[in-house]
Amino acid sequence: MHPRLRKYLPISGMLLLVVAVQLIVSASGANYYLTQLTMSAYYSLVILGLCLLMGYAGQISLGQAGFFAIGGYSSAVLTTIDLVPYSASELVVALKRFGIVVERQDLYGNTLLSFAPWLAFIAAVILTVCIAVVIGIPVIRLRGHYLAMATLGFGLIIYRIVLGTGFLGEADGITGVPGFPLFGWEISGSLSRRISNYYIAWIVVLLAVLLAMNLIRSRVGRALRSIHGSEEAARAMGIDTAQYKLATFVLSAVFASVGGILLTHYNGGIGPSEVSSMKSVRYVAIVAVGGMDNLWGALLMSTVLNFLSLRGYFGSYDDAVFAAILLVIMLFFPDGLLRAPGLRNLANLGRKLLSFPGRATKGKSGNG
Amino acid sequence: MSFDQFFQYFLSGITSGSIYAIVAIGFNIIYNTTGIINFAQGEFLILGGMIGISLSSFLPIPLAIAAAVVITMGVGALIDFLFIRWLKNPPVLRLVIITIGLSILIRESMLHVWDEKVRTLRHFTGTEVSSVKILGAYISPQVLWVLGISAVIVIALSLFFRLTLVGRAMRACADNRSAARLCGIRASRMVTFSFMLSAAIGALAGCVISPLTQTQYNMGSGLAIKGFTVAILGGLGNSTAAVIAGLILGLLEAFSIAVMPLAYIDAVSIAVLLVILFFRPSGLFGDREASALKEF
Amino acid sequence: MDEILLEVDALSRSFGGLKAVNDVSFAVPHGSIKSVIGPNGAGKTTLFNLISGMLPCHSGTVRKNGRTITGLQPHKIARLGICRTFQTTKLFARMSVLENVMVGRHTVTRAGFLSGLLNLPWTWKEEREIGQRAMQLLETLGLADSASESAANLPFGKQRLLEIARALATEPSLLLLDEPAAGLNIYETREMADLVLKIREWGITVLLVEHDMSLVMDISDEIVVLNYGRKVAEGEPQQIQRDPEVIRIYLGGDHA
Repeated sequence: MHPRLRKYLPISGMLLLVVAVQLIVSASGANYYLTQLTMSAYYSLVILGLCLLMGYAGQISLGQAGFFAIGGYSSAVLTTIDLVPYSASELVVALKRFGIVVERQDLYGNTLLSFAPWLAFIAAVILTVCIAVVIGIPVIRLRGHYLAMATLGFGLIIYRIVLGTGFLGEADGITGVPGFPLFGWEISGSLSRRISNYYIAWIVVLLAVLLAMNLIRSRVGRALRSIHGSEEAARAMGIDTAQYKLATFVLSAVFASVGGILLTHYNGGIGPSEVSSMKSVRYVAIVAVGGMDNLWGALLMSTVLNFLSLRGYFGSYDDAVFAAILLVIMLFFPDGLLRAPGLRNLANLGRKLLSFPGRATKGKSGNG
Repeated sequence: MSFDQFFQYFLSGITSGSIYAIVAIGFNIIYNTTGIINFAQGEFLILGGMIGISLSSFLPIPLAIAAAVVITMGVGALIDFLFIRWLKNPPVLRLVIITIGLSILIRESMLHVWDEKVRTLRHFTGTEVSSVKILGAYISPQVLWVLGISAVIVIALSLFFRLTLVGRAMRACADNRSAARLCGIRASRMVTFSFMLSAAIGALAGCVISPLTQTQYNMGSGLAIKGFTVAILGGLGNSTAAVIAGLILGLLEAFSIAVMPLAYIDAVSIAVLLVILFFRPSGLFGDREASALKEF
Repeated sequence: MDEILLEVDALSRSFGGLKAVNDVSFAVPHGSIKSVIGPNGAGKTTLFNLISGMLPCHSGTVRKNGRTITGLQPHKIARLGICRTFQTTKLFARMSVLENVMVGRHTVTRAGFLSGLLNLPWTWKEEREIGQRAMQLLETLGLADSASESAANLPFGKQRLLEIARALATEPSLLLLDEPAAGLNIYETREMADLVLKIREWGITVLLVEHDMSLVMDISDEIVVLNYGRKVAEGEPQQIQRDPEVIRIYLGGDHA
């Protein structure tokens, strides 16, 4: 097979797996599993972004939940804001004509007027980028403990803001968020659309994986990995490490934000629990378990762990489980479970067969 | 603002400030001996408080507190034995994540032992309603206990580090590990001591503050963040500066109540943390160049 | 050959009370091999750190082709054609040998974040060229067989060569070699000397720090001697060998 096409093999494999799972689940009449799988997909977007940041740029972030919230809450606010009192104004009428403001019916048949989801999406992402840049510039200069604390602090500030602000719903969060129309389908929680939403979510994830894989194999990806390898040497090679770290920070923020936006539309709302520092810690735990620079490992772990957690299999020990995972991995398998010596041979075999991105091994062409 | 009001805020500020300073000192002790930032520091306070509360139902308060301190010291030693001792030169990132995981684990254990109820330790003297008048402000006698015991802890620690053999051994370790080892000081033992010491002062602080702030299983991380902020504000590793920094933060928070809604008060300390980290990570009293060269 | 490529002018840097580099001045002629020698602690590596921008100077200037480069960030200095290797090898351990060299091509290529994310077609050609050029360098330095191996798995001598290959990939006009022969045996040192001579043949100016006297005397056009941060002698190898001050520093009286 043409070498350029070979790298798309794992993604196609993944696509088949996604379809297979859906068929199996529907056939066994357990369509409710699809809901948790869909949610897991959106959380996986956050994980993918964090994987790029931690595994490739070598920066830890304990504040990804903050960016998730910025995305989710912004789109929630904009799509539930009540513009009906202003419906007579010229501005609103004009916006309505361009589809920026849309009308919809709520449960009681009342007409509501809010911003269109696609506009909210764009606005939320722009806001995320701005905040990520502002926070990122000072944060990126920090290392180790200080970086962890600063990102944790960022997440906590967002949490406090969300918890204490009236129009963000305070402790109750925002509900009644409408669906997100997408090329004729719609991202929403309605039961009739469960299967299409499952596919939408996983296709979004696969696109994200595709982008991430492209980046890793590109000149920029190489630069990032070199920064992770030795920042000093990278600089000596002419790489502006600060700029690259910032760019990766912003990119991971965008991934998290998009996950937040889409999940908010799927769930029909968002609450402060999505912003808690525990969520951020979970994201880090999952990336660590999967092997920090292992996209597929992170994706696998994210799906499995999020699914189990959402189904409630961990019960009241949910947080404790993730903490325990974090501890075990950091103590015994710092390179992630899928890099542990015994499993390495399996992983190598799989890698040889499918050209997974990952560390260079003997006998394989190093050319990306 | 009248003087009475001002003084009320002032006392409130230095009370919480002294607790933050104690947490910060706990951070510094472990950091100085090991280079690790122990994210679980806040949990020591809550654990100590909870144990003290449970024991106080059948032991007199001083005994209950003493027992709580000893037990928490044991937990500190356990953490060292199980998680820290056998790691050889781990990268900083790994340690950061390990102590975060530990703090969550301890918190969740406390949740399962003591559930999410808010508990309080009995006031040491008097009750919740007794008050003492000082310079026009009415305060609970417990406030005096907090200030007094915090002062005692700080003085006792500085004497300990200055005068006792173990204390000086710990300082030697912090300064230059290899040289200390050449003098016959077992570094690993010093590490255990530092964990035990931090746990002890944490537990004591947790008990003395409980009648005022109450104790709930999830309060540890908030305290840890504030304690960390204070530690950084003073300059990481510098416990004298931590006292001053603690009072500064406490007062800042207390007077912020006058100008902003209660829900945002916690954001004040986080904002201070971010400002310090972004603009002067070496802290108010730290050495700029030295900290820039350090590998954090 | 007479044109001055690099000019170091009254460079100084202290650590606390210690003057690590004290008022050091010298010039590196274009196309030459100049060595900096001196006892341990004489300030040689600090000097390199100052020139490459990794440490800020306290006073003095560094000029390349007449243009002041003091105060510039390391990556900017690298982009001006000055590339350095490190005393303790700083390879990208988790990347392959080939990829290490490919990173060196960073300054002469363009593909950015967006093109990377979207894998735009114009980047394919650039990537191919990067790989080819990197492979060429590996072949020249005799590392081609290990191209796909992890850099960390290379034997020490080859790691040193890899660092140099990576630096050469940046197409520098000035190469700063920090103790290239450190840890090498006699044969490897000989090969290193030949390599440095070859590098000069390619038109690249070399400034190197070294302890191995035979290597230095053999290949240098000029030598600068540092002691306790100060320059004590400068000149051609024969001059330096006969300089009484230098002899005193190395053979007796002084402990660095």
